[in-house]
Amino acid sequence: MSGIAARDVAVVGAGPAGLAAAVAAVEAGARVVVVDSAAQPGGQYWRHRPENVVAADGRGHHDWGVYLDLRARFDAARATGAIEYVPGRQVWMAQNDDGGFTLRTTPTVAPSVAPSASVAPPASVAPSDPAGAHPADVTAQRESVSTIRARRLVLCPGAYDRQLPVPGWDLPGVMAAGGIQAFIKANGALPGRRFVVAGTGPFLLPVAANIAEAGGMVAAVLESSSPVAWFPHLGAAAGVPEKALEGLGYAAVFARHRIPYRTRTVVTEVLGEDRTRAVRTARVDPGGRVVRGSERLLEDVDVVGFGWGFTPQLELPVSLGAETRVDADRSLVAVVDTRQESSIPGLFLAGEVTGVGGAALAVLEGRVAGASAAARASALSPAHASPQDRDQGEAPPSDALPPALSPADAARVARYRRFAQAMHRAHPVPDAWHEWLTPETTVCRCEEVTAGQIAEARDALGAADARSLKSFTRAGMGWCQGRVCGFAASCLGAGGGAHPSEASLAASAKRPLAAPVSIGELAALEPSTTTKGTPA
Amino acid sequence: MSKPPSASGTPAVAFSFNGAPFEAAPGQTVGAALVAGGVPAWRTTRKGGRPRGLFCGIGVCFDCLVTVDGVANQRACLVEAREGLCVEGSGTAIEGGSA
Ligand SMILES: Cc1cc2nc3c(=O)[nH]c(=O)nc-3n(C[C@H](O)[C@@H](O)[C@H](O)COP(=O)(O)OP(=O)(O)OC[C@H]3O[C@@H](n4cnc5c(N)ncnc54)[C@H](O)[C@@H]3O)c2cc1C
Ligand code: FES
Repeated sequence: MSGIAARDVAVVGAGPAGLAAAVAAVEAGARVVVVDSAAQPGGQYWRHRPENVVAADGRGHHDWGVYLDLRARFDAARATGAIEYVPGRQVWMAQNDDGGFTLRTTPTVAPSVAPSASVAPPASVAPSDPAGAHPADVTAQRESVSTIRARRLVLCPGAYDRQLPVPGWDLPGVMAAGGIQAFIKANGALPGRRFVVAGTGPFLLPVAANIAEAGGMVAAVLESSSPVAWFPHLGAAAGVPEKALEGLGYAAVFARHRIPYRTRTVVTEVLGEDRTRAVRTARVDPGGRVVRGSERLLEDVDVVGFGWGFTPQLELPVSLGAETRVDADRSLVAVVDTRQESSIPGLFLAGEVTGVGGAALAVLEGRVAGASAAARASALSPAHASPQDRDQGEAPPSDALPPALSPADAARVARYRRFAQAMHRAHPVPDAWHEWLTPETTVCRCEEVTAGQIAEARDALGAADARSLKSFTRAGMGWCQGRVCGFAASCLGAGGGAHPSEASLAASAKRPLAAPVSIGELAALEPSTTTKGTPA
Repeated sequence: MSKPPSASGTPAVAFSFNGAPFEAAPGQTVGAALVAGGVPAWRTTRKGGRPRGLFCGIGVCFDCLVTVDGVANQRACLVEAREGLCVEGSGTAIEGGSA
């Protein structure tokens, strides 16, 4: 049936985790479909300029060789038809039905304004491939593949920058730190002239380094934590020596461009009438309390990049009922076993959604998830190439499947995870960040809900979690569905610097529609959700 | 204000923004072209009338919405600038390089 792709394994996301998962699944014999909201593979880490305009040369990138290897294998599998690649579409709904999964997708950019394919079709498939196994032209796919069916699902949707509101953070010129990174990588330009990068975590370093290397001025990098916070975790850090090397590389760039790096320092206010002009900075104690008299004005700044770690994109795993937990960085993440399988049989997760840990870990997790998903698909149906085969009987337990990683790679996974936990503990969201706000500070940017309104709903109406705050104040009800303010609102609801509860974070991650869709797409849902057909 | 890169040497892409001619380097998004071209905001909020432009840069926050060729609510950070596109903001755009 046209408009429906049916495969053994569906992978959502073509970043480090998704690319690795797709390649591993296909090399384990599965037929795979990969859907990604971006126009070309790479995800956040390997984001690059449109391939039809500028050949990607890996400048400003790390692990580019890993990407090129995955990409070559990905493209080879596309050429044989073993991977069907659906770029430029967002999954807005995922359902678990009939022993398989159904994904509904919508174009990321309206088809009438999207450019034609930026990724070349697979070499060996002529546009008029008589078998019609897979449309060679991505634009055609973008318009046609609205529904995806697969026996097994691997979700690798990644994360976005976590934000803490601060007075003036809604001024133009204030961006997510990763947003600046993405801007430079995707556009080969800078979003301004003189930058301040602030928040916490090692990710601030590559952002500042990329700005400087692209010709921008970095007035300061402000880190709320301090190197002292790493002392209890030096063992974990020593387990990943490449991180130390990377750090030395940034130190060299910082020295070359004379970038001031200040620890235990935060931006307490962004100033300007209609755009960013300056920031007020302050020294903070380990809890994030402003040290009196330490405020300074940093003028002539037109872009501020904030990054307080990352928030994994959990709406799809949550909507499918996958078990979650709160990680050391206080993010809601999905629980997986050693096969990267979630609490929902047949649903595998890899990358930042299982705990923020960086691209190298995402690749290893993706490999495990893809191989496990393929093994599961074929274990259930030896004739896995035939989608008519229905899943019968119980799935074999995970430990009955062959190991997906060599002992050496398994040890790397353990080391990266230890490093990530240490990083989260050394770079916490400061408990007292809410003290930087005034009652007028915007918390929910979409619905323009202020800190004062949230405090009132909490104190007068007992709205202590994201869900009740939403109904009383509309915080989290706008276009972004609480993606930007969800963490902050959960903190403010808990009050007094308390950590957000898992229930509140989960309520904030519950989004019936993972992307905005048209009324037409919603209406078209009706018949297929009620009829139980065979998968394509 | 930073200029579209000339590294590729390819001619600039011409589109219109609020009716006036605007340029992007090939492959740039509409949002990037606007910001790099000295327009940090092109939308005002419903309640407070506050100016907005790019924030998350990756399609998550919806701060950057524009109307493109008559299609409303497109994310400027994701739409690639193409020759002849007609881009409109809402409310008053802020123009003129900040520095
Ligand atoms: C803006 C940004 C920039 C970053 N830059 C760097 C960097 O320079 N260096 C670094 O070390 N780390 C960076 N990171 C951290 C990043 O999380 C990496 O660790 C890495 O990219 C994670 O890999 P991943 O595969 O888990 O997810 P990602 O790379 O995020 O890939 C996920 C992919 O899934 C797609 N997707 C998500 N939801 C859907 C959906 N519903 N439907 C369809 N597709 C979907 C996304 O478009 C994306 O292409 C960045 C993060 C962000 C948010
Ligand atoms: S800048 Fe956030 S969606 Fe475009």
